[in-house]
Amino acid sequence: MTLRRVVVTGLGVVSPIGRGMPALMDGLVAGKSGVVNAPALSVIKDIRSRVAALAPDLDGREIPRHFRRSMSKMSIYATLACQEALLQAGLTAEHCAGGRLGVVIGSTIQSTDAIEGFFRDYLTTHAIEQMRSTLFFQIMNHSCAANVAQTLGITGRTVAPAAACATGGQTVGFGYEWIASGKQDMMLCGGADEFHPLATAVFDVVNAASTRYNDRPTMTPRPFDRQRDGVVCGEGGGIVVLEALDSARARGVPVLAELLGFATVSTPDSISNPSAGSMEECMRLALEEAKLRPEQVDYVNAHATATELGDIAESAAIHRVFGHSVPVSSLKGHLGHTMAASGAIELAATIAMLNGGRLIPTLNLDEVEPQCAPLRLPRQVESVSLRTAVKNCFAFGGINSTLVIRRDTRD
Amino acid sequence: MTDREIIETINKAMQDEFELSPGAMRPEAQLTTDLGLDSLDFVDMVIVLQNAFHMKIRDEKAIREIRTLGDIHQFVLNKHRELAAKSDQTTTDNRGPTT
Repeated sequence: MTLRRVVVTGLGVVSPIGRGMPALMDGLVAGKSGVVNAPALSVIKDIRSRVAALAPDLDGREIPRHFRRSMSKMSIYATLACQEALLQAGLTAEHCAGGRLGVVIGSTIQSTDAIEGFFRDYLTTHAIEQMRSTLFFQIMNHSCAANVAQTLGITGRTVAPAAACATGGQTVGFGYEWIASGKQDMMLCGGADEFHPLATAVFDVVNAASTRYNDRPTMTPRPFDRQRDGVVCGEGGGIVVLEALDSARARGVPVLAELLGFATVSTPDSISNPSAGSMEECMRLALEEAKLRPEQVDYVNAHATATELGDIAESAAIHRVFGHSVPVSSLKGHLGHTMAASGAIELAATIAMLNGGRLIPTLNLDEVEPQCAPLRLPRQVESVSLRTAVKNCFAFGGINSTLVIRRDTRD
Repeated sequence: MTDREIIETINKAMQDEFELSPGAMRPEAQLTTDLGLDSLDFVDMVIVLQNAFHMKIRDEKAIREIRTLGDIHQFVLNKHRELAAKSDQTTTDNRGPTT
């Protein structure tokens, strides 16, 4: 079977540093942090982390009530990001209804807010009198994907994979494979998540949440930094429009990048701890599919969340594959960890970096952790021609994924 | 509550829940075609009315006959009178012999 080439024709985001790609890139270039002190965390007894990376306050009323009533915040983020991405790609309601455009969007878990709201009443009354008709649609595992498809009138395949922090990477990879194999011509791929204090609590209890910068929230997280102290949970939505190259050419729309390779592997060594060997294997498989040698890669956008173990493992894996000359940065310093959205938001930013010729450094990286393998970690925005990039996404559950992209379609 | 207060309470609850404009709140407005409600909204409408008037109506047969905003007004007014009459009866029954 001949595989079709797959390109990116649209990007859309809701991130902690703003809604839309221009706000994202302006904020990244300016070194803006989306991390704030989050009062919602103070209601949890004994929690140590009080910081979060929150999306701008959006009430979503631009989405008609008929569709919005079944959405929690994460579906609103996903829908707004999809609308931005479709607009850039020049895709219309007719394309959405044509059956050749699909959706693959996941989240880490369903809406904790919606579940909490239901159980607040139910655990007192043990009655379902207050259960709204739309509750289930906010907490079903494919809530984001289904709400996007309903709102945008999409009739192609609608799928909702979940792999926690690797969701955004996997959804893009799956969309790529389905277009390459001819199952669809276009896919809206990405992830979304909404902040809930219990997300931070999950990292806090395993000593992986940032706790020492509560009074200086913009100074955390600190990927690859000696003074890093863990994850800052965030929220948002990231969407990439993937399209068959022949379809994009026939429509005459600009190609933002070509997706050359994707790999996802799992490591059964641990459900929580990272594995440098598995990360390395994942990057090598993606490069092999892309038919690129490591020295042909101009930039690596790391997963690096600023945990004690994760950054060291990823640095080792990147060093083994690429050595120390390829520039590497993590955008978690600006954006916090937007969970299922992170892969797609950071991929979108990486594509914008390739097209804009500007490499964004890691925010809050002052002194490199000595246990990290030696990498080239830029400290300031670099104006540089970048053609190819690798994007890593790693997750609890032992799931790793890597994407390889190129700015243009020249062989 | 007066009839007017009941109607105003219904209209406000419907406006808040379904984001309806005050101008749309005409008694003859059809819930589906004029106000854009569907079967899911009907479920939530019952919850909203139960909460607004502290009464259980989910299993009332008359609910299924509601088509317009005016039908809701009439349904709640009737239900309110019915409950008031029952309450009066209970009060009378509990008064007991006076001699």
